[in-house]
Amino acid sequence: MESRRNPRAVVDPKVRQVGFFTSSQPDSTHQPDPIASESHPVASSISPSGNSLSPVMIPPPRHNSSDTFPLRAAAAAASAVSPSSFSYSTRRDFPDGSMTASPGRVSRASFSKPSSSLPGVGMDSMAAAKSSSVPASGLTTVSVVNMPPGLSEKESDQKKNSKPLKEKTTKAERRALQEAQRAAKAAAKAEGGKAPLVSSGSVASTNVKAAKPAKPSSQKNDVAVAAPGPSEKKGGQTEKDRKKDAPHPRMQYDDESRVVKAKRRAVVKQTEAKNRVELFRHLPQYEHGTQLPDLETKFFQLDPMHPAVYKVGLQYLSGDISGGNARCIAMLQAFQEVVKDYSTPSEKTLNRDMTAKISSYVSFLIECRPLSVSMGNAIRFVKNRIAKLPITLSESEAKAALQSDIERFINEKIIMADTVIVKHAVTKIRDGDVLLTYGSPTAVEMVLLHAHELKKKFRVLVVDSRPKLEGQLLLRRLIKRGINCTYTHINAVSYIMHEVTKVFLGASSVLSNGTVYSRVGTACVAMVASAFRVPVLVCCEAYKFHERVQLDSICSNELGDPNAISKVHGREDINYLDGLTNNANLQFLNLMYDATPSDYISMIITDYGMVPPTSVPVIVREYQKEHSLV
Amino acid sequence: MDFQVVILAGGFSSNLQPLVSKEVPKALLPVANRPVLSYVLDLLESSNLKDLIVVVEGEDAALKVGGWISSACVDRLHVEVAAVAENVGTAGALRAIAHHLTAKDILIVSGDIVSDVSPGAVAATHRRHDASVTAMLCAEPVSGPSESGVAGGKDKTKKPACYDIIGLDSSKQFLLHIATAAEIKKDTRIKKSILCAAGKMEIRSDLMDSHIYAFKRSVLQKVLDQKPTFRSLKQDVLPYLVRTQLRSEVFPDEKTVEDNGKNNMQNNEVVLSQILSNASLPSFHQVYESGLNSRKTYKCCVYIADESKYCVRLNSIQAFMDVNRDVIGDANHLSGYTFSSHHNIVHPSAELGSKTTVGPHCMLGEGSQVGDKCSVKRSVIGRHCRIGSNVKVVNSVVMDHATIGDGCSIQGSVICSNAQLQERVALRDCQVEAGYVVYAGGEHKGETFARK
Repeated sequence: MESRRNPRAVVDPKVRQVGFFTSSQPDSTHQPDPIASESHPVASSISPSGNSLSPVMIPPPRHNSSDTFPLRAAAAAASAVSPSSFSYSTRRDFPDGSMTASPGRVSRASFSKPSSSLPGVGMDSMAAAKSSSVPASGLTTVSVVNMPPGLSEKESDQKKNSKPLKEKTTKAERRALQEAQRAAKAAAKAEGGKAPLVSSGSVASTNVKAAKPAKPSSQKNDVAVAAPGPSEKKGGQTEKDRKKDAPHPRMQYDDESRVVKAKRRAVVKQTEAKNRVELFRHLPQYEHGTQLPDLETKFFQLDPMHPAVYKVGLQYLSGDISGGNARCIAMLQAFQEVVKDYSTPSEKTLNRDMTAKISSYVSFLIECRPLSVSMGNAIRFVKNRIAKLPITLSESEAKAALQSDIERFINEKIIMADTVIVKHAVTKIRDGDVLLTYGSPTAVEMVLLHAHELKKKFRVLVVDSRPKLEGQLLLRRLIKRGINCTYTHINAVSYIMHEVTKVFLGASSVLSNGTVYSRVGTACVAMVASAFRVPVLVCCEAYKFHERVQLDSICSNELGDPNAISKVHGREDINYLDGLTNNANLQFLNLMYDATPSDYISMIITDYGMVPPTSVPVIVREYQKEHSLV
Repeated sequence: MDFQVVILAGGFSSNLQPLVSKEVPKALLPVANRPVLSYVLDLLESSNLKDLIVVVEGEDAALKVGGWISSACVDRLHVEVAAVAENVGTAGALRAIAHHLTAKDILIVSGDIVSDVSPGAVAATHRRHDASVTAMLCAEPVSGPSESGVAGGKDKTKKPACYDIIGLDSSKQFLLHIATAAEIKKDTRIKKSILCAAGKMEIRSDLMDSHIYAFKRSVLQKVLDQKPTFRSLKQDVLPYLVRTQLRSEVFPDEKTVEDNGKNNMQNNEVVLSQILSNASLPSFHQVYESGLNSRKTYKCCVYIADESKYCVRLNSIQAFMDVNRDVIGDANHLSGYTFSSHHNIVHPSAELGSKTTVGPHCMLGEGSQVGDKCSVKRSVIGRHCRIGSNVKVVNSVVMDHATIGDGCSIQGSVICSNAQLQERVALRDCQVEAGYVVYAGGEHKGETFARK
């Protein structure tokens, strides 16, 4: 082990020169802007591959999905313009807007309307009339909620019952407004700088350009969203300007006043766990078991929350969905539902209102469980797409475009990416290999299954760890397919590493210094493997890459349920730690993630090919350029 | 949240004879001088559910209930009342209003529940598991020590009737078996396939089905269509769904539809669903489904209410007494009244004679008169009752406008509205129908007074 430590000191400087564009802008690590500002001249060129700036070539095997990007975008644009039959807006059908509040309500309103026209009286006649036409019974409205005409029922409920929620949305709206203003200012600046370029552009193209300079700030805002609480609005204009440049600070949960402030805004009741490990005070940790019942009882009170989002939030909170890909997909599918059911309130524009809505949903999801990097990227994508919707699109067109965008993100960035990763990774599996994997990574599982389908002869060692024991699930699925497996716990990893020929790991995120942020224990496995000179291959989709640099797993991590490590699942009789949970001298630490330094990793297999960890920043840059061009 | 709420308010229940009458359908039976339906409506309103459908058996009852709702809840709730034929059962009632159900999920609440369990929790559980049906179970109500022996004999004969036998999986989230005690004479059958799939079943008899269900609308409507003989939700529909959860007959055609989809798209979706399902701990349904890949399963979930919550159904005379006692006693947060320092409620307009004592856990309605030297213990007395002197009322319910003569002694009894008790009547565990006159001097025990 000690011999491996030494080279690390040599590698360290490499960490500091994050990104390869440092030569032009010396302080690029602190400023997020250069990425975008450098990409400006390139942005005008259409194809993402026509880029002369990158000093490092991306490995050649690019999968076809990225090639179809411009094509599809064009197709989407075409479809957005051509079908004139779609061009009516739903708002025009229901001028008062109250009926379009939700699909269920529309139909309800339509059938209850005739009866509500004669409220309370004539029940006999109503029932009789109905029963003569339909064999079943009719409904008689006996009590109606009287509303001022312009106000929809939902809104008034909201006003009455959920004051804090209401405030929250307005806050989000305010921020959306702020952002829009910022974008407008930036657009004005951009237009001033590149007037000749803009002169040829149509409305849509200026729109795209206008949104571009605003992008870095919105990226930072994603981080802001990830941390529900920073003092958003109290700062004046000067502070805001400063903030635009500096990355937004993460919410530090050891900062009392901010925690209190965040709690006031929270939807989910959050009882802070009492005994927390000192080093990890800055991370949120709540008393487990208090949040779920509380959220459940509030089910009908959370009126502005979309049911799909609520369901996903519940599933995060209860742990029904875990794993970067699954969580991301679940969230995106919920957002698709949101878009589907969305209708622009009167006196608002779709772009702004939708962004605000999504932001409020995201902060709800964060309350349920902190976001993963993959989700952060996906949210950024969705917001970007919303911001870039041409203002000329009608509501239904915009919704269709958004839905197909999200669909495309899922298909191309996750599913296609996985198939490409599988294609690459399978070439690394030879007959007679002994492969070790840790936990239950989706991509690795696909690789193994595909290799098995190709009739490769190999053996799998599944290493697992308490308390989640995800490896058992993987093991079950592998065995069902007839793959020869060995199962062991992480304590034994150094004993079995002798026989291993390759280590395949999954990742929650790959950061731009090549650090792999993954399920806790991954670092240990990777270190043992590299001590034994066993190659470590990490399978990770490129959408999980992030430009952040992280040197340890302390500053950003997630704390799990402390009870999970004090109890043994399925063994009620092992209760040596019962009653000690609130002992001041005992703190439980159930970390969820750890950071594996890049020198323990031989190769990262991603949808852009197999790259060394040092090439991650290139992909991050390339990927984000493509991202913004989508 | 895409939920529709249906309240099954029943009609003139035969269980509750003679308390219910043409004037008072079951839903309007007073519990602490408020109709029992108001407790349900309050519960729903507190969960922000304001669009309700109330289903009542019989036109007359519907008129009565509708009239009451429109007077009590106007401006607060949007309530629609549907009248269905009598004796169609709960399933029949739902069948009759099926064409009004449009939301994705339906929350069905019995109209006779007095409870403080949030219906939102049931709905949330339902959504979280994407279940076909979610039933709320609550702990069997423990008869408080207060009813000392008075109703003891009755208790023993009645209590087993509401026991349910409930089988849960090891995570206590899924319903594997449900049978009401009425069906079980000596033995009960448990499906082997379910037992095998779940691996472990916990059989509980201390839980009670509280008649709050969340159904997926499509499933509910299919079952109601396909099984026209089903009459009761609890005894037919729910056990049927639980029984067939691993070999669904409800959706036989869904698989074939999927096959016709585009190959590529479907492939993506398969991968998607695989990623999603691999991400979580598979429930036994999924394990079973993957074992036999032609079968379609669905989930029957349960929400088990916390033991500290109160939940009782008013479905028998005994329950009526218990609920009345609890609402002004142990579970007084439900009643919505503020209690005096003596733990009782005496309306300011009520008149008490000299040397009359009203004990704790009592309620005296508006405008009632109580004569001298009376004692009222653990009882509810309605509005405008006239009670003479030297009367003892213990563990009883006296409804509005009843007249009780001097020297009566009433224990564990229900006196309905407008009934009249002449002097020196002694009642023990009796029910007096509305408007009935009990003649002077009689001593009765365990009798029911009703006009034939």
